[in-house]
Amino acid sequence: MLHNLFIGELAERLVKRQISSVELTRHFLSRIERLNPALNAFITLTAERALEDAAAADARLGKGEKGPLLGIPLIHKDIFCTSGVKTSCGSRMLDNFVAPYDATVVARLKGAGTVMLGKSNMDEFAMGSSNETSYYGPVRNPWDISKVPGGSSGGSAAATAARLAPVATGTDTGGSIRQPAALTGVTGLKPTYGRVSRYGMIAFASSLDQAGVFARCAGDAAAVLQAMAGFDPRDSTSVDVPVPDYSKALGAPLKGLKIGLLREFFDGLEPRNAALIEEALNIYTGLGAETREVSLPRLPLSVPTYYVVAPAECSSNLSRFDGVRFGYRCKDPKDLLDLYKRSRGEGFGAEVKRRIMTGTYVLSAGYFDAYYLKAQKARRMITDDFRAAFEKVDLVIGPTTPTPAFDIGAKMNDPVLMYLNDIYTIGANLAGLPGVSVPCGFVDGLPMGLQLIGPHFAEAKLLNAAHQYQQATDWHKHAPRGYE
Amino acid sequence: MSLTRQDVEKIAHLARLSITEQEMPVYVSSLSSIVNFVDELSRADTSGVQPMAHPLEGQTARMRADEVSQSDHHDEYQRNAPAVAAGLYVVPRVIE
Repeated sequence: MLHNLFIGELAERLVKRQISSVELTRHFLSRIERLNPALNAFITLTAERALEDAAAADARLGKGEKGPLLGIPLIHKDIFCTSGVKTSCGSRMLDNFVAPYDATVVARLKGAGTVMLGKSNMDEFAMGSSNETSYYGPVRNPWDISKVPGGSSGGSAAATAARLAPVATGTDTGGSIRQPAALTGVTGLKPTYGRVSRYGMIAFASSLDQAGVFARCAGDAAAVLQAMAGFDPRDSTSVDVPVPDYSKALGAPLKGLKIGLLREFFDGLEPRNAALIEEALNIYTGLGAETREVSLPRLPLSVPTYYVVAPAECSSNLSRFDGVRFGYRCKDPKDLLDLYKRSRGEGFGAEVKRRIMTGTYVLSAGYFDAYYLKAQKARRMITDDFRAAFEKVDLVIGPTTPTPAFDIGAKMNDPVLMYLNDIYTIGANLAGLPGVSVPCGFVDGLPMGLQLIGPHFAEAKLLNAAHQYQQATDWHKHAPRGYE
Repeated sequence: MSLTRQDVEKIAHLARLSITEQEMPVYVSSLSSIVNFVDELSRADTSGVQPMAHPLEGQTARMRADEVSQSDHHDEYQRNAPAVAAGLYVVPRVIE
């Protein structure tokens, strides 16, 4: 069936005119109509516009134009501004917000000929690890609808796993691509900080946020990254470093590649999870890679560091939502202070308010040095540990999450327990490193992820390592029952 | 360390957030547990370490040519505003 094909195969059929983009788009739209009600993976569907985009792609294909993404349907996380289309960021605050312009990611993918099917559900303002903080209700995991899909990009992950689109965009501030990719059995790539423009991507924590991609294999992720990546003068932290040909890099043999096993990731790891990682390591040794243990002694500081730095930046970024220029405004404010307080109090959900207050606290007079400055120092120590490790090895490897997908509601009353879900993913964000999660097996019938992290701008090497693993295994080809 | 109701009221005021009576005890307890959790950092020896603000520190702010690059989108942007009049944003009276 069409929805099980990878985009390389779809693009070939499109170019050969064996199928039109309109037909392909209709196929995915009808799957969404049939299967999404059980998943709640979307906030907005853009079916009409998708068919127009598809017709435009068909016209380009008809003129003999070729492109790896020309006519390929996709989903954008509802954090990316899409001109003329509601962009809610999963929040009541932006329930009425229609973006007046396209994010750079959206514009570039549109230019490459992709067809937007809709905007995916997400944790409110990307703050969450389970997709339960969305104003639009939780997303359900297609492997078991009583489980969370992970977060914050849970809608994009669930939709990719359920084959409601071949690929989807996401963002990753503390693991929000890699963790849901792991929990839904898809491939998720978080590029280097600065590799992909943040322009038009609603800010959560500006020194950590990075846009990336969900796909069903590393090759597809490479094709999408190719179109997304590159310098953008409209993002002051976008990096002017040439973009290599990611797809071309996928053929390189792994002989001699040095892979570091993160000792800290294996301490106390659940045995069945550890067994899957061991098995993956055997595959890599079989492919000619050398594995050795590396230690990042300060990595255990990463979760507390993150939960100071990210809320601090969030409290500053979200001060723009004041009920005056855009977004939710409370009814009958009695004065300006009441307008601010009630618009924000009513417009934001519980977790967002909790993080704004955490951030306000750690930045407030008397606490700044003890928390914020201290966390910034810890951040450097963690980054230095990664730098030292990459002097010895090319990539580091470990699990993406401590456990498979958990029950909806299981961790909602204990924020610290929820935060510990990100224990293996946060380090890469603090250091600005690229990371990828690939499916590596099952625990209790639920998918698990293998995580690879590389030095800055090592996306080509990471994607190739993920691709070679997927050539040797078929975990990425498993579909959840009912979505085959 | 544990936060009091007064602490949370003060933080909520600084953050310009109204918190309902029902929500208040939940925030007092969850913010206390978060602060306790991040207090782990106090045990880390960070002496002599420079704070890090940004993952790509080598980068400096770019200059651009002083040319007009933006056109006027006033009306378009105000379409998202909750209340406008004569091209201005409307707020409750600030000066009596």
